[in-house]
Amino acid sequence: MNGFEALVLTIITASTPLLLAAIGELVVERSGVLNLGVEGMMIVGAVAAFGVAHVTGSPLLGVVAALFAGVAMSVLFGVLTLNLMANQVATGLALTILGLGLSGMIGEGFIGEPGQRLAALHIPVLSDLPLVGSIVFSQDILVYASIALVIGTYHFLFRTRSGLILRAVGDNHTSAHALGYSVIKVRFLAVMFGGACAGLAGAYLSLAYTPQWVEGMTAGRGWIALALVVFASWRPNRVLIGAYLFGAVSILQFHAQAAGIGVPSQLMSAMPYLATIIVLIIISRNVTLTKTNTPACLGKAFVPDR
Amino acid sequence: MDVHSQNVIGAKARPELIRASGITKRFGEILANDGVDLTIREGEIHALLGENGAGKSTLVKILYGALEQTSGTIAWKGKEVSISNPAAARKLGIGMVFQHFSLFEALTVVENIALALPKGEKMADLAERIVEVSNRYGLPLDPKALVADLPVGIRQRIEIVRCLLQEPSLLIMDEPTSVLTPQEADELFKTLFRLADEGCAILYISHRLEEVKRICHHATIMRHGRVVSECDPTKETPATLARMMVGEDVHAVKSDHTGAVGDVLIHLDNVSLEADSTFGVALKNISLDVHAGEVVGIAGIAANGQSELFDVISGERLVHENKSIQLLGSEAGRMKINERRRLGAAFVPEERLGHGAVPGLVLSDNVVLTRHSTGDHLIKKTVVNKSGAENMEKRIKVSYDVRMSHDNPEARSLSGGNLQKFVVGRELDRNPKVMVINQPTWGVDAGAAALIRQALINLARNGAAIVVISQDLDEIYEVADRIAVLSRGELSAPEPAQNMTRERIGMLMAGMGEANSNQQEVQHDATGA
Repeated sequence: MNGFEALVLTIITASTPLLLAAIGELVVERSGVLNLGVEGMMIVGAVAAFGVAHVTGSPLLGVVAALFAGVAMSVLFGVLTLNLMANQVATGLALTILGLGLSGMIGEGFIGEPGQRLAALHIPVLSDLPLVGSIVFSQDILVYASIALVIGTYHFLFRTRSGLILRAVGDNHTSAHALGYSVIKVRFLAVMFGGACAGLAGAYLSLAYTPQWVEGMTAGRGWIALALVVFASWRPNRVLIGAYLFGAVSILQFHAQAAGIGVPSQLMSAMPYLATIIVLIIISRNVTLTKTNTPACLGKAFVPDR
Repeated sequence: MDVHSQNVIGAKARPELIRASGITKRFGEILANDGVDLTIREGEIHALLGENGAGKSTLVKILYGALEQTSGTIAWKGKEVSISNPAAARKLGIGMVFQHFSLFEALTVVENIALALPKGEKMADLAERIVEVSNRYGLPLDPKALVADLPVGIRQRIEIVRCLLQEPSLLIMDEPTSVLTPQEADELFKTLFRLADEGCAILYISHRLEEVKRICHHATIMRHGRVVSECDPTKETPATLARMMVGEDVHAVKSDHTGAVGDVLIHLDNVSLEADSTFGVALKNISLDVHAGEVVGIAGIAANGQSELFDVISGERLVHENKSIQLLGSEAGRMKINERRRLGAAFVPEERLGHGAVPGLVLSDNVVLTRHSTGDHLIKKTVVNKSGAENMEKRIKVSYDVRMSHDNPEARSLSGGNLQKFVVGRELDRNPKVMVINQPTWGVDAGAAALIRQALINLARNGAAIVVISQDLDEIYEVADRIAVLSRGELSAPEPAQNMTRERIGMLMAGMGEANSNQQEVQHDATGA
C-alpha cells in the first residue's frame, strides 16, 4: 500500500460518517423539520454499535443496533415536536445533550475495552485489482451504504411520487394538508430515516473509524453534518461533494502539520471549518438557487386546522 | 356579455348535484355555520355571498372535506355521502380553487398538478395532458415552469387546470378575480361559461357584486353563519345584493368629484428605486402631483410596485435625491418616517397585522407607535403617557366604530375589518394634510369599507391630499378624483376618473400604457361603478 492509497482511504474513512448523517438530515429538512439532535442520535448509535458488537462479537449486529438506537432517539424527537408541537430548535438541542449524557452512562464500562472492527468486503477479482481494488472494492459495508443512500435519496426525492410528496410537505405544509396528505406522517417517517442514518454514522465511528469506545467520540461531527446540508443547499449530490471536501481538508491538514508546515497547528485544525464556512458563504450568495431549494416550511410547526 | 343567456333558461329543471342540509360547524364558543342549507344544480353558476366572517369559507371547506361539520348532512346526486377529506371530495368530482393559492412554489407546474391527482400517471404523460386541457379551455400553461417564477394570473390558471384535469362536476372558486386584470377576468368568465355549458356546476364566492350579477345564475346569501336569502342575481342590483349581505342599507359612498384643487402637497419628481430583492420591483421615473382637496387612486395588479411606491412616499425606503420627493412643500426624499409625520403626513401600509399594528400589543400601545412624535404629548420626558394613549384609543374606537369584545384588547384579537378601521382611524384622528394608504379595505366587509372610503373622501374635501393605492377597481372608482395605473414599476399619467374606462385601466395594467395614450377610445359606459 503506497502513500497515496493510504491518503485516499483515510479521506473516505473521515468522510463517510459525515455523509451518512448529512444525507439523513437532508431528507428530514426537505420534509420541513429541523432536527438539531444529529450529534446526539449519532453518539447513541456509536455506543449501541460498540456495545452490541462487543457483547455478541458481531459488528454487523452492532450496525443493526445502532440503526435502531438512532431511530429510537428520532422517535422521541418526532413525538415531542410533531405530535406535541414542542419547539424544534430547543428539542433538537436537548436531544444532543441527552444523547451525549446517555451514551456516556451506557458506555462507562466499555472504556478501554477492545472493539470489533467492521470487516472490509472482499469481492473476488475486483478487490485484487491494483489501486482501485483497495480503494474502491475493499471497503466495508457502511461505505457502500453511504454512497447507495446518496443515489437512492436522489432518486427518491426527484423521481418518485413519494419524494415529490415529501418535498411538497416541506415547501408548503398547509397546501399539502389541503390536498389531503398527512403532513405529520410524512414528517415522522422522514425524521425516523434521519435517525437511522445518524445511527449508522455513529456505528461507523465506533466500528470502523476508531474501533473503540471513547466518550464524546462524535466530536462535533453531527454539527458538521447539519452545516453540510445547508452548504449543499439541500441537494444530495452536493452533500456528497461537501462531505468529501470536508473529509479531505481535515485529513490533508494533518499531513500538512506532519510535514512541518510553518502554520500554527490551531489554524490548521480550523481549516476544514474555515473551508466549509467560506464555501457556505459563496453558495448562499446565489439567492435564486438557495431560494428554490430551501424547504420553505423548515422548522415551522404544523397545526392542522381540522 | 350574454354568453350564458341560453343557460339561464330552464335552470330550475336541472337535476340537483349537491344538497347540504342543516350544516352546523362549531369552533369552541363560536358557531361558524348554523343550520346552513345549500342546493346546487348541474351546470349552474351559483354565487355564495356574505361579509367577512359570515361563514362562507367554513361552508366550502366542509363541502371540500377540509373541515368536518359538527352536524348536518350532504347529499351528492341524491345519495347521502360523508366527505371526510379533500381526496374523498375530489373522488366524488368536487374541485376547489383556493383564494390563497395552495401551490408549492419550489415545484414545477406538472409536479404541482401531479400532487393533486391520484397516483399512477407518468409525469411525461401528465405534462402532455396538461398542455392539451389547458389549451382546450384557453388557459395555456408550460408544465416545466417553476411556480415561483410565475405571476399570480398564471398561478391561478394552474389551480384551475389542476381541477379541470379531474373532470369535476362541481368547481368551487374562492374570490378568483381578486388578482386579475379586467381582461383576465373576462377570459376566466368565458372558461366558466364553457364549463357550465358542459354541465359542470360552479360555486362562486366573490365580494364583487357587479361580477356576480353578470355571471351567476343563482345566489345564496349568508350572514352570521346562516343563510338569510336566495335570489337570482341577474334580477338584482349590486346595491340590493349588498343590502341582503349586510342586513341594512350600505351607506353609499358620496364623492361629488369636484375638480377644485389647491396647492400641490405631494410632489414626486422622477423617483426611481432599485429592486431590493429578486422578487421586488424597481420603480422607474415616477412623477406625480397630488393637490390639496383631491384623492388620487393608483390602480394596478399586485406586485407591480405598490409596496415600493408606498415605501418611498412614507420613508420606509429612502431615495437618493432629497428633492425628488416633496411633502407639503418640504424636500423629503431622505427624511425619516417620523420627520415626514411631523410635516403633517400620515401613512397606512397594506399589511395591518405586523406592519400597521403590532399583533401582541394592546391598541393604546399601538397608538403610541405612530403618534409618539406628532405633537400629541404621548411621550413626556421619555416616559409614555399611558392615560393619554388610552384616551386616544377610546376616541378612535368611538369615531370609527371599532368593535371589540373588551376595552383596549391586543391588536391581534380584532377581526380584520375592525383592525383596519382602527389603523386607518388612528391616522385620520390626527387630521393629516397628506395621507397615503395602501389597500385601504383589503378583506374588509362592505359596511366597514364604505365607512373607511367615506372618511378618506371627507378628509380630502377638508383640504388634504390623498393617495389611495388599491387593487380593487370598484374602490378606486368610488373614491378617486384622478386615476393613475402602476405597471411594472412605471406609473401612467393620472387622468380624471370620469375619463378612465375599465378597458383603458386594464390596458394600462397590462403595461400597454404610456406610448399610445392618445389612442384612447371614447367609452363612457363602464365608468359609473
